[in-house]
Amino acid sequence: MAENIPVGSTTSGAIAVAAEAKSTVATRMSAPPSFDVADFPVPHGREEEWRFTPLERLRGLHDGTAVATGEGVKVTVEAPEGAVVETVGRDDARLGRAGTPVDRVAAQAYSSFEKASVVTVPKETVLSEPIRIAVHGQGGVAFGHQVIELGDFAEAVVVIDHTGDAVLAANVDYILGDGAKLTVVSVQDWDDQAVHAAQHNALVGRDASFKSVVVTFGGDLVRLHPRVTYTGPGGEAELIGLYFTDAGQHQEHRLFVDHNVPHCKSNVVYKGALQGDEAHAVWIGDVLIEARAEGTDTYEMNRNLVLTDGARVDSVPNLEIETGEIVGAGHASATGRFDDEQLFYLMARGIPEHEARRLVVRGFFAELVQQIGVEDIEERLIAKIEQELEASVA
Amino acid sequence: MATLEIRDLHVTVEADNATKEILKGVDLTVKQGETHAIMGPNGSGKSTLAYSLAGHPKYTVTGGTVTLDGEDVLAMSVDERARAGLFLAMQYPVEVPGVSVSNFLRTAATAVRGEAPKLRTWVKEVREAMERLHMDPSFAERNVNEGFSGGEKKRHEILQLELLKPRIAILDETDSGLDVDALRVVSEGVNRVRETGEVGTLLITHYTRILRYIKPDHVHVFAGGRIVESGGPELADKLENEGYEAYVKGGASA
Ligand SMILES: Nc1ncnc2c1ncn2[C@@H]1O[C@H](COP(=O)(O)OP(=O)(O)OP(=O)(O)O)[C@@H](O)[C@H]1O
Ligand SMILES: [Mg+2]
Repeated sequence: MAENIPVGSTTSGAIAVAAEAKSTVATRMSAPPSFDVADFPVPHGREEEWRFTPLERLRGLHDGTAVATGEGVKVTVEAPEGAVVETVGRDDARLGRAGTPVDRVAAQAYSSFEKASVVTVPKETVLSEPIRIAVHGQGGVAFGHQVIELGDFAEAVVVIDHTGDAVLAANVDYILGDGAKLTVVSVQDWDDQAVHAAQHNALVGRDASFKSVVVTFGGDLVRLHPRVTYTGPGGEAELIGLYFTDAGQHQEHRLFVDHNVPHCKSNVVYKGALQGDEAHAVWIGDVLIEARAEGTDTYEMNRNLVLTDGARVDSVPNLEIETGEIVGAGHASATGRFDDEQLFYLMARGIPEHEARRLVVRGFFAELVQQIGVEDIEERLIAKIEQELEASVA
Repeated sequence: MATLEIRDLHVTVEADNATKEILKGVDLTVKQGETHAIMGPNGSGKSTLAYSLAGHPKYTVTGGTVTLDGEDVLAMSVDERARAGLFLAMQYPVEVPGVSVSNFLRTAATAVRGEAPKLRTWVKEVREAMERLHMDPSFAERNVNEGFSGGEKKRHEILQLELLKPRIAILDETDSGLDVDALRVVSEGVNRVRETGEVGTLLITHYTRILRYIKPDHVHVFAGGRIVESGGPELADKLENEGYEAYVKGGASA
């Protein structure tokens, strides 16, 4: 379902119905998941999971040459009463339970971090204010690990805000107890030079609901793996993403939802706007419905709006279904240009060109922005979009 | 009094790596308060004329002049032309996903009027204009032209005409694709604008049907990229009876 695809961009998708075969989602990776960086060969760039990524811009995160500097990033956690915030060492038993690193960079992060932050919202605690985690880059190299755990029926909103300049590789674990509700907003508002690679692992409990909002604006290279698995039936995951990819930026979002338990839901919507030479957005949406996951309901969508020539999108939705006993499964991907006819129509009504672009881009993101549910983030996002557009006209 | 003057206008398009001349010397003067019907067979260049006046980037003006009250229209950008008082109701209005009709109309009115219309009076103004065109209020919340039927798109064009109050309105086949009821509603809208006496109208059409509702002062026959005959309303009656055959044979050239 590609319409009016800009030159150089690709949209491909697959729905595979495999009764017994080993999941291709898993076998497409060049090595099985592991916490140990030594289990992953250094990528050369032709591997399925690396083929879109400019390795030379990872600044050594992929080949072991990136070494942590003391003042890499500064992490500040601001939490309302009721939440417990701790900084722990590598040996803490609560780390690494939500998922295993799936590529060499995530494994490198897991092998290299020194301190982790653990935020716990105890059972049945409902936080009135968001937990705010500021990750501010101070120009160095850093490896991070964060755990956010909600006990049964706990409810929380977490905002993780990435700013400044850094070369950062991290793993973030979200663990939701039964009936828990967690919204996490991860904002990548980095300076132009920053490199950020992270794996987000969500483990969604029985009847729990998880909402992930990923907002990527900044950085030279951002490569995120939001991943979801379930521990009991009735779990719901909503994965929302917005990105605005500018000239020279590489922004890659690689999602994976593993329907490993019956009667769970997932809904993925990622939207991106691109402008400028060598702006490159990559979106991979893998959804696996395992044989035992009867009653699954899943939908994933990626839409891209290409504002100028020279930008490139690679969008690959991939749905793999191992059981027919499901409620629904679908995917869609579309990459369109803000075309000259739309621009002409708006301008023929007296609307100046930059205003016309703004109208269209704001409209494109509006529906998603409204779903974030954290007011100051929504406002900041709108302001940021305006700012990006202003910069492009100037 | 606003006057649009088109003198010896030549326009080309790029098609299949070749430059093709479509307009071959168009001369026409439209004054505020007048209605000119331009009639011609398919492919004669009527839409090309309309788009060229509005400044569509696909069309290259290779000769001639267009002025509005002496101002060089061809030197203006598309939005400047609209703000100078030119309006084009398009034969095929464009869908703009993600932009609601109400947001679009308000942004356009703000641009054309030079200041944002007062919210309260504006809402009423839009609502009443929509009622007069028999448009359901729910259209305000829909995306511009997205999923509109052909007739709905045309009503939406005339809604903009009524709200933006141009000095020169170019209506490109506003009648095509309309059933009789819709044709009447749309024509009434055009007539309301004409009755103000503030607009000069260039009514482009293939059929004489719409001229029963909108009475032109002048009728021009367009063939082979130029005006080949001009006259009063009686010329339309002649076309009604005889068709374009006489003009196509003589006027068409590759
Ligand atoms: N953008 C374009 N690219 C290529 N050819 C074009 C373009 N626009 C117009 N033409 C050609 O120019 C000629 C005139 O087209 P135009 O649309 O102006 O005619 P028209 O009189 O409006 O016809 P109709 O009555 O069908 O609306 C046609 O041969 C058409 O194919
Ligand atoms: Mg036409």
